[in-house]
Amino acid sequence: MRLKNLLGIRDLSNEDILQILDTAVLMKPIMETKNKRTNYLLGKILVTLFYEPSTRTRVSFELAAKYLGATTTNISTSSSSVVKGETLIDTARTLRAMGVDIVVMRHPMTAAHRLLGEHLDAVVINAGDGINEHPTQALLDMFTIREKKGAIKGLKVVIAGDILHSRVARSNIWGLTRLGAKVVLAGPSTLIPRGIEKMGVEVFNDIRKAAADADVVMGLRIQKERQKGGLFPSLREYSMLFGIDRDVLEVAKEDVLIMHPGPTNRGVEMPSEIIDSDNSAIEEQVTNGVAVRMAILYMLTREGVS
Amino acid sequence: MDRILIKNGRVIDPASSTDAVTDLMIEGGLIVRMGSGLSASDSTEINAEGMLVFPGLVDMHVHLREPGEEHKETIESGTKSAAAGGFTTIACMPNTNPVIDSPAMVEYISLKAEKEGRVRVKPIAAITKGQRGEELSPIGELVRYGAAAFSDDGNPVTSSNLMRRAMEYASMWDALIISHCEDIDLSRDGVMNEGDMSTLLGMQGIPAAAEDIMVAREIALSKYTGCRVHIAHISTKNSVEMVRHAKKQGVRVTAEATPHHFCLTDSAVDGYSSMTKVNPPLRSEGDVEEVKRGLADGTIDAIATDHAPHHRDDKLVEYSRAAFGISGLETAVPLAVTHLLRPGILTPLQLAERMSRAPAKLLKLDAGYIRENGPADITIIDPECETIVDVNKFVSKGKNSPFNGMRLWGRVLYTIVGGRIF
Repeated sequence: MRLKNLLGIRDLSNEDILQILDTAVLMKPIMETKNKRTNYLLGKILVTLFYEPSTRTRVSFELAAKYLGATTTNISTSSSSVVKGETLIDTARTLRAMGVDIVVMRHPMTAAHRLLGEHLDAVVINAGDGINEHPTQALLDMFTIREKKGAIKGLKVVIAGDILHSRVARSNIWGLTRLGAKVVLAGPSTLIPRGIEKMGVEVFNDIRKAAADADVVMGLRIQKERQKGGLFPSLREYSMLFGIDRDVLEVAKEDVLIMHPGPTNRGVEMPSEIIDSDNSAIEEQVTNGVAVRMAILYMLTREGVS
Repeated sequence: MDRILIKNGRVIDPASSTDAVTDLMIEGGLIVRMGSGLSASDSTEINAEGMLVFPGLVDMHVHLREPGEEHKETIESGTKSAAAGGFTTIACMPNTNPVIDSPAMVEYISLKAEKEGRVRVKPIAAITKGQRGEELSPIGELVRYGAAAFSDDGNPVTSSNLMRRAMEYASMWDALIISHCEDIDLSRDGVMNEGDMSTLLGMQGIPAAAEDIMVAREIALSKYTGCRVHIAHISTKNSVEMVRHAKKQGVRVTAEATPHHFCLTDSAVDGYSSMTKVNPPLRSEGDVEEVKRGLADGTIDAIATDHAPHHRDDKLVEYSRAAFGISGLETAVPLAVTHLLRPGILTPLQLAERMSRAPAKLLKLDAGYIRENGPADITIIDPECETIVDVNKFVSKGKNSPFNGMRLWGRVLYTIVGGRIF
């Protein structure tokens, strides 16, 4: 791959994305072997640096690194010097001085990774920056869709919910439109950012209209505190008007794939019957997340540094 | 003081609508002679052939940071920067620490500027004590001590009632209220203009409406109270249109625009350089076009830099955490020449009006004109000189500029303040 860091899907070409997905296909069987261990990243040190709480993404990266033979360590906000007011650049310098090879960071501010990358020789991987991007999540989503549907080109993918605050939605929009999917967004006007149509998507408020003949319906996590910000009146009204329910599945294709980046609020974004249905790929997304992250780690450490 | 003879310059005097090649003789801090073919022995002669000779430029919106944040700028470094940028008079905003809200502070700034400053400095005092938006500053006494205008600048007065009272009170002295128009409840944690670009870049936006709402309020209050109100750094299409309409109705509202708001759109934020972070934010193309139209038709009276120097530590952080502001004194002239004069949006006379006479009149200064026995505040500009902006060559301590590396036309050759060349 021609890039040193993975900052966002926006920076990736069509070929970059397909190359990552193809590599992930090769990585997935490693997880199913008895001795889940290879030596591709032997001697490499990976640090997860999380300025926001996360369990699944951090663990997913740690496991991916361990399956490839890397050594991992974790810095979380509560224990790090962030609380003491250290700047991001000073943190970068400290990590550089310690000889770290890969930094996986989640940060509440957009483009923080770019700043980190400018002051660090190590590979920087974005595990979420503000409301901007969450590239590895989108890659695992695209991997899952491709695995289930054979190809992405020509599919109709509906992304429903809080688009305004969703880095998952934004990364998926960049990636899916680039690979030729038709991306349709659904949600209340208060949660749809201005001018998002310019990113090549269609927008509906009524999810039942949005989901007509959909191949994939992806729900996004609703942060309960958004209600207090005046973005919608109540969780009850949200799930009633904008949730993914039986009616939505009625209008979508019969084999519609249901996805969610997790963790889900059961009964808010969608009811348990849908989360646990045969159409749901939510658990497999988690498995695929490890495979895709293995592929990214492999590619950025092998071929990335030039 | 030396005699200075400026030969064969294109002298631009907006006060008398003069645009003619002629000579100026300066002596004792005054312009003593104006006319063709002047000569004098024992004088410093400036060959100004092909140059624009403007009345000294006046910047009515500068942050000098002293006292309180001397690591960002001082009265000495800021006025040196002003001189380098062609400004002979600057008005400084009161958001220092302590705030300029008392006669003692106004006098302190004035005395310090007289001692250490390279150009004339006019302090702007706060509308409310401590810029807290709670109680009025002693406006009457501050006028007596020489406050040039009143503004809470970056901490806009949120209470419409208090602003109404401030205007009613200030109008007794025909004082100027300068308003940084921002509904801070609406701008919230936004860091750039809200629109297609903020969506594309995944950043929290500041909607144009946050400015428009306050511009509408200030116009309504000015109309009601009769107070002179000046809209600082106007940046949106709607706001320009409202000011244009209000002026037609005879409301005593005026406005200024900064170079960055008529030169850059929010697409400059792509790449996430914190140098583009400024408040009000860089706006859309439609807004920029309207600001230029407003400058051309006189809706916008003045060009002001909103010179906001910052230390590198304040900008070398995440975009959301970075300080708002651009170091603007030393790029204003080249930006105006490149983006307004050369494309023919403004004539030299109009540019001199916006950068010198209009702000001088708004602040009631004895400046902004060129005539015999008038003050020898002169700025000489070579409009054909091409330069590449290099922030490391800035005299200002603030190297924070989104224009670094840009190729621009127009260079300040001489800044003459009270008959002295800087």
